[in-house]
Amino acid sequence: MRNKYEKPHDSVKEPLIHLVRRADIPVAKAWLIRLVCVLAGLLVCALFIMSITSLNPISVYASMFSGAFGTSRRIWQTLKDMGMLLIIAIGLAPAFKLRFWNVGAEGQILIGGLVSAAWMIHLGGKVPGFFLIILMAVSAALAGAVWGLIPAYFKAKYKTNETLFTLMMNYVALQLVEFCVDLWDKKQSHSVGIINGDTKAGWLSPLFGQQFAPVVLIAAILTAAMYFYMKHSKHGFEISVAGESENTARYAGISVSKVILRTMAISAGICGIAGFLEVAGVSHTISSLTAGGRGFTAIIVAWLGKFNPLAMSLITAILAFLSRGANQIASDFNFNTYASEILTGIILFFILASEFFINYQIRFRSKKGKEAA
Amino acid sequence: MSMTSLLAWINAAVTFGTIIMLGSVGEILTEKSGNLNLGVPGIMYLGAIGALAGAFFYENGNPAPNAVVSLIISLICALAASGLGGLLYCFMTVTLRANQNVTGLTLTIFGSGVANFFGGSLVKLSGGVGQISVAAASSAYRAQIPGLANSLGIFGTIFFNYGFLTYTSILIALAAGYFLKKTRAGLNLRAVGENPATADAAGINVIKYKYVATTIGAMIEGLGGVYYVMDYIKGTWDTGGGIEALGWLAVALVIFTSWKPISAIWGSFVFGICYWVYLYIPGSISIALAKALGTSNPSHMQNLYRMIPYLVTIVILILVSKRKRRENQNPQSLGISYFREER
Repeated sequence: MRNKYEKPHDSVKEPLIHLVRRADIPVAKAWLIRLVCVLAGLLVCALFIMSITSLNPISVYASMFSGAFGTSRRIWQTLKDMGMLLIIAIGLAPAFKLRFWNVGAEGQILIGGLVSAAWMIHLGGKVPGFFLIILMAVSAALAGAVWGLIPAYFKAKYKTNETLFTLMMNYVALQLVEFCVDLWDKKQSHSVGIINGDTKAGWLSPLFGQQFAPVVLIAAILTAAMYFYMKHSKHGFEISVAGESENTARYAGISVSKVILRTMAISAGICGIAGFLEVAGVSHTISSLTAGGRGFTAIIVAWLGKFNPLAMSLITAILAFLSRGANQIASDFNFNTYASEILTGIILFFILASEFFINYQIRFRSKKGKEAA
Repeated sequence: MSMTSLLAWINAAVTFGTIIMLGSVGEILTEKSGNLNLGVPGIMYLGAIGALAGAFFYENGNPAPNAVVSLIISLICALAASGLGGLLYCFMTVTLRANQNVTGLTLTIFGSGVANFFGGSLVKLSGGVGQISVAAASSAYRAQIPGLANSLGIFGTIFFNYGFLTYTSILIALAAGYFLKKTRAGLNLRAVGENPATADAAGINVIKYKYVATTIGAMIEGLGGVYYVMDYIKGTWDTGGGIEALGWLAVALVIFTSWKPISAIWGSFVFGICYWVYLYIPGSISIALAKALGTSNPSHMQNLYRMIPYLVTIVILILVSKRKRRENQNPQSLGISYFREER
């Protein structure tokens, strides 16, 4: 073991690689590092696709590009994918800023979608369409919030591990959805099919003739609203203080349990709204696949984007492009769509690694054996 | 309930429990080093697809595959695949100091993608058609000690009705318990997880302990995936996401056992009983409940019964957190990356 009082001299072996934390880094350089890492990740993705198909790298990305942006419908679908993931990520952002590990977005989305579908099925055609939509949205947000408040209550009261609690709530929601699907399904086919396909009651009406435009618009509005909430409101300030240090928060007179409960209600409520949008604006049905793993991907988006809406939008854009592109290749070559999960994993690993190169500088042992400054 | 169905329930619970036992023993070792690896489902997926792919490449086109050879090849591939998953996690969190939770979740997405993609496409990629199946390897995994299960009556059915991995996993859990409690290296590992700075000062190589514990832990978790694919679903593949749910239950079981590998043995069998309870709840209860909830078909109630293992986990989590005891807590530095120069 080296002693820190010992003077460095020639006989002490200095490690070959030495890491130094950077004090600060110019913004432009940080983004350059991120860009290089993303490009490296995209290259590895291309190599993976090349190895399973006969495509060369250029045709891989040509094919993926056409899958994501080839037609106006595909562009809107990619935008919709991006919007949905972004809504969930900005919903999760305040909880994670508070260091509350809400791994339960899947369940909160499902439960929001479930109550939306329940109103669509039971009130469709019986109440005015506008009223139905409002009812669905509000109750989806409330249901999501309740689903998040249960673990938040126990976290605030007994410090119960929220990671596992929210995770288990996902499966409870999943079974509830399975139960309701069987309950509402008249044909014993274990599927509710398209709800109100004839009357379109409870469907979000298209904007500018585009089915997915409302989802994209709501995503943009929610993102902007969350930006102001986090940056310029007292609540946002309390979240960042309590997230950094509970003791500081307590000293400043902030009630930590109140902040936990309030933040989780908002976070889970937005995830519930994401469930409403998926049912009312996208799929018009409810199933165990309604959340589709996005609750997990969104966590990574929120964390990697450091809760910055612009960074989160960029990451969701890359992921939406990769998943649409991978699905295109999967359908061209008749593979299953799990290829897109592999690509998502690869690119996320590279973005995660980029943070290291932003935060740390690598110094190699200098030739003369002197301490590198 | 008849004796036959009770025995079937116990057998199903042991088979199920073995998978999550392996997952949670691996995760206990990992967490004892201070690494909270939420990639357990992903690593189990990697182990499962490693075993399946290894056996498939040996058995595919081989007119008379040797079951034992197939088993050995699949085991080696599974350990390699899951070990690499653990190394990747360590490289990201220990060397590159990425956030542990985010790395773990990414590993789960990645592992699930790799496994489900190749599980669904291996046959096609190698130019064949149809569903993947590795009959020889699976039969070797499921082979029982000859004669014991049938000749010893109820005792034999309860204790000897399983493949060799069931017993191996109990041995692994016992060995892990002994290692953590009774050996010098185990003590060092616990020190690393409790307070890496102190361990470092005492001359323990923190980085090495984290790497080795996490990688070996990942290999044990990978065996859980092997058991799932070879024993539980008999050498085929299903893309229904079964491993993912089991992987998360394994992570939950770690807290349930308060980081004691030996408690994972019986804990996992209790989880197994809870998981299969939905098949054994008397029909009269289902009919009454179905009537109360307004559904005509009592079999729909199974959807609700399947919540039971998750609800039980939640209740246990709450009880454990209410009744705080020092020896039942998680390792102090769990989830926090260690960087010597940031003390």
